[in-house]
Amino acid sequence: MLIAATLAIFVAMILAIIRGIVGPTLYDRILAVNMFGTKTVLLISILGFVMGRPEFLDIALVYALINFISVIGVLRYSDTNQFKHTPKENESTKKER
Amino acid sequence: MIDIVLLTLLVVIAIAIIRMKDLFAAVMLAGIYGLLSASFFVAMDAVDVAFTEAAVGAGISTLLMLVVITMTGSKEKPTRHKPFSALFVVIITGGLLIYGTLDMPYFGSADAPIHNHTSPRYIKDSMQEIGIPNIVTSVLASYRAFDTFGEVVVIFTAGIGVLTLLSVARSKENDDKIEAINDSMHQQHLVIRIISKMLIPFIFLFALYVQFHGDFGPGGGFQAGVIFASAIILYTMLFGLSTARKVINQTFVQIIAALGVLLYGSVGIVSLMNGGNFLDYNVLSSNPITGQHLGILLIEWGVGCTVASVMVVIFFNFAGRRAFQQHKKKLQDKESSAC
Amino acid sequence: MDIVITICSGFLLLVGSFLCISGGIGLLRFPDFYTRMHAVGVTDTLGAGMILVGLMILSTDLLVFAKLVMVLLLTLLIGPTTSHVLAKAAFHNGLLPKDSNNLSQAKEKENTSSIL
Repeated sequence: MLIAATLAIFVAMILAIIRGIVGPTLYDRILAVNMFGTKTVLLISILGFVMGRPEFLDIALVYALINFISVIGVLRYSDTNQFKHTPKENESTKKER
Repeated sequence: MIDIVLLTLLVVIAIAIIRMKDLFAAVMLAGIYGLLSASFFVAMDAVDVAFTEAAVGAGISTLLMLVVITMTGSKEKPTRHKPFSALFVVIITGGLLIYGTLDMPYFGSADAPIHNHTSPRYIKDSMQEIGIPNIVTSVLASYRAFDTFGEVVVIFTAGIGVLTLLSVARSKENDDKIEAINDSMHQQHLVIRIISKMLIPFIFLFALYVQFHGDFGPGGGFQAGVIFASAIILYTMLFGLSTARKVINQTFVQIIAALGVLLYGSVGIVSLMNGGNFLDYNVLSSNPITGQHLGILLIEWGVGCTVASVMVVIFFNFAGRRAFQQHKKKLQDKESSAC
Repeated sequence: MDIVITICSGFLLLVGSFLCISGGIGLLRFPDFYTRMHAVGVTDTLGAGMILVGLMILSTDLLVFAKLVMVLLLTLLIGPTTSHVLAKAAFHNGLLPKDSNNLSQAKEKENTSSIL
């Protein structure tokens, strides 16, 4: 059962990476990294049980905290002009009306 | 099986990082690369390395690179020439390096000297000579303590380098302005501030746990220092740089960085004065095992202090430089709109 | 007793993995950023919670159990906060939901609320 859960989490990680590479906007990529981080926490916890070494839970705890701090850091520094989203398609819909 | 999947993902991400033109996406993918490396180390049963990689490679590196990108701009400049000569030099150098390693024994072969002489000595004798269960800590802190001393001095030098090159003269902001910034940020980031106020004491406590538990499980000075610094960085990001500078005096932090290295060196000198070699812990107390425990405790404390303070100093300087740049840009905009 | 423990933890692990995979599929197939974030935020936290509770039932040592409780509490606290912060930052920086009819109303709201 644990092996099946490990495989399921791998699949979810691969899906997150695909979104991270493709994602058109910046925020899609931030979301993909965040999801990858939570899946890594789960993967390390389950691997600790599979391999019989419960010390891995320390790594899972650190990893959850670091993931949180990284996402907050990204969003805190996103108030520069480069991150402002310029809506290009809104102009065309406005002209239609 | 897990190794093959993880290594394939690492190669895919590396190729994606090279091909991306948007630097911000490259930084995010580098964060994922650090996480995948940490998982790979966990799969190879190397717990301490995975710990350090998770804390440093996926957390602090991403944050510092992001601060830099917000200052420099996030589009890569288009290359104007084909780099054939550079490729040629790299291939020649890489070829020479690979030729140099052909003499070494095969990876993992059973009759290599490292498997016959050094590793069995560490594995068999570590418990009797030093007496702590974690062999990685005993190798790092006692058998190869001089190399670890070199690492701590390198980290300290990096902190000095950043201070020399990047520090900007700070104007003393008066308290009213700091209060005003604090109030506006409180409205803007209300939820996240309350959650962080609940989390930061526990992060400090966890850092202390990792520092002292390094003898029995994964942990030690480096990881604890990074976790401690990341709690302070979280506080700085959410409450503003000026408030954080009032709470945590930067001069004090710089002194702590120097004191960490001094503590490490002093342990070595005390060993010399007691009649042993430099950094030989057996002579620190009447019982050699107690001497080893005392020595390892003191030097891990020195390592933790230095790593935490250098990370905080680097972050304060990067963020201070960014605030300075934005302040200058605001003044320029005001001037150009006034004309 | 052993059979009960194995079946309970197996069931919880199964439900948790199913939720995680469905969150991943939602991330790929939903049309807009806000819908994707809803999928990831909800299924991530609940799926992680179930997997961690399933592991807690399997644990033998008190220290391991305590650490798993801490990871669970941290995940429950951090997951919704991250979704909130992401959505707020995206909206504040001008990313509008797809097919939003009241574009002028959204722009007006953004211009007046510079602090929020």
